Amino acid sequence: MSIVEMLGLNKWFGSFHALADIDLTVAKGERIVICGPSGSGKSTLIRCINRLEVHETGRLIVEGVELTGDDRRDDEVRREVGMVFQHFNLFPHMTCLENCTLAPIRVRDVPRKEAEAAAMRYLERVKIPEQAHKFPSQLSGGQQQRVAIARALCMNPRLMLFDEPTSALDPEMIKEVLDVMVSLAEEGMTMLVVTHEMSFARQVANRIIFMDAGRIVEEAAPKEFFEHPRHERTKLFLSQILR
Amino acid sequence: MIREFTFGEFWYLLLATRWTIVLAVVAFAGGGAVGLVIALMRVSSARPLQLVSMGYIKVFQGTPLLMQLYLTYFGANMFGLQVEPWSAAALAYTLYASAFLGEIWRGSIQAIPRGQWEGARAVALRYPQQLRFVILPQALRIATPPTAGFLVQLLKGTSLASIIGFVELTRAAQVVNNATFRPFTVYALVAAIYFSLCWPLSRLADRLERKLGRDRLAPATRKPQLAQVAIVQGQV
Repeated sequence: MSIVEMLGLNKWFGSFHALADIDLTVAKGERIVICGPSGSGKSTLIRCINRLEVHETGRLIVEGVELTGDDRRDDEVRREVGMVFQHFNLFPHMTCLENCTLAPIRVRDVPRKEAEAAAMRYLERVKIPEQAHKFPSQLSGGQQQRVAIARALCMNPRLMLFDEPTSALDPEMIKEVLDVMVSLAEEGMTMLVVTHEMSFARQVANRIIFMDAGRIVEEAAPKEFFEHPRHERTKLFLSQILR
Repeated sequence: MIREFTFGEFWYLLLATRWTIVLAVVAFAGGGAVGLVIALMRVSSARPLQLVSMGYIKVFQGTPLLMQLYLTYFGANMFGLQVEPWSAAALAYTLYASAFLGEIWRGSIQAIPRGQWEGARAVALRYPQQLRFVILPQALRIATPPTAGFLVQLLKGTSLASIIGFVELTRAAQVVNNATFRPFTVYALVAAIYFSLCWPLSRLADRLERKLGRDRLAPATRKPQLAQVAIVQGQV
């Protein structure tokens, strides 16, 4: 069964056509990397899935729930979809552990003790259990992003969205975040990743989507995508990004 | 006959000071409650609520407090309601404080980076939960120093209530002065009493500002988040 289904999705920011007739189906366990030049709509695309952006026309069905503008459906979908942001968006007034337990306790009604135990397991999985009682500001960027991943995982999502998760990180911290994402992929998590990390794409993606000017220009398996790109726009992009 | 300024007169002023404090506390509590509603209306996504709260703030910030006092006191009596100076003052100051606190708190809420709302939404918190657990605790830190500062203004501002005959510190001073005819002594003493009330509040405001400034919201997290506001706004 497909986890995400987009049919003829359109979105405008004023007169700017941000998403143009997007058709996309994501199957369970699939790992899709979305790339493209800035302003091509890749972030907007994944932000529509958990309704941080609202599409204007077309249909969008996530986990069997069609997003129509009904708040309850938005919440229903968000409970099953985790998101990791470029700038982490951790809550600075809470410890890392509290960041991780807030939603399970308040949204899923998990008892505090249980939520904390689960959060510690996820913090161990992203290899920073010793930072649990620190505040985000006391951590490095790479550590903060790993906490953000743990926070999303604590809700047991069926799908994880990554919006340029390594773009705000210093080079030496990118690897520690990518390693966590690779291990997540290996465990079978369904993932949609907006990134320019092409080595990551090559390693874990089932499918790479290239976007330009709000459209999906090319869609292929990594080998095909890197070795035989079909469109001129894709070739140009790859030549610029793979120096 | 002119009376001497004795301990009796001083005691009378101190007793009247209670009413200055009570009025300030009532205005702050009432204004705080209404002000929170005003601030939340202002940041809500519902256009009519925004407009109502905007108009409310504009009206009370754009008219003199003295007029608001006159209008509540004489206005209520005009409509046949027998209003005591105390109730009129309590109402007028509550309205006045709510507009200013509403505006201060609106600014504090809007100073929270958009990424915080998105982070809260992404983990499926509902709107009231986003406010309660994520946005308001952070806004509170930003709001505390200006709120304490406004409280000082409010406390001094209660002296205007003397105009409608509410016997607080300033009104009591006029009464004492009329009897003793020692204006310099009386008003210097009254100024000193106001100062002794306001100074600790100012000190508190300063301390809170310094404390909240360096606390958990350390530069390390603030910077990327502030940068992010720009990025999100410029993003397509």
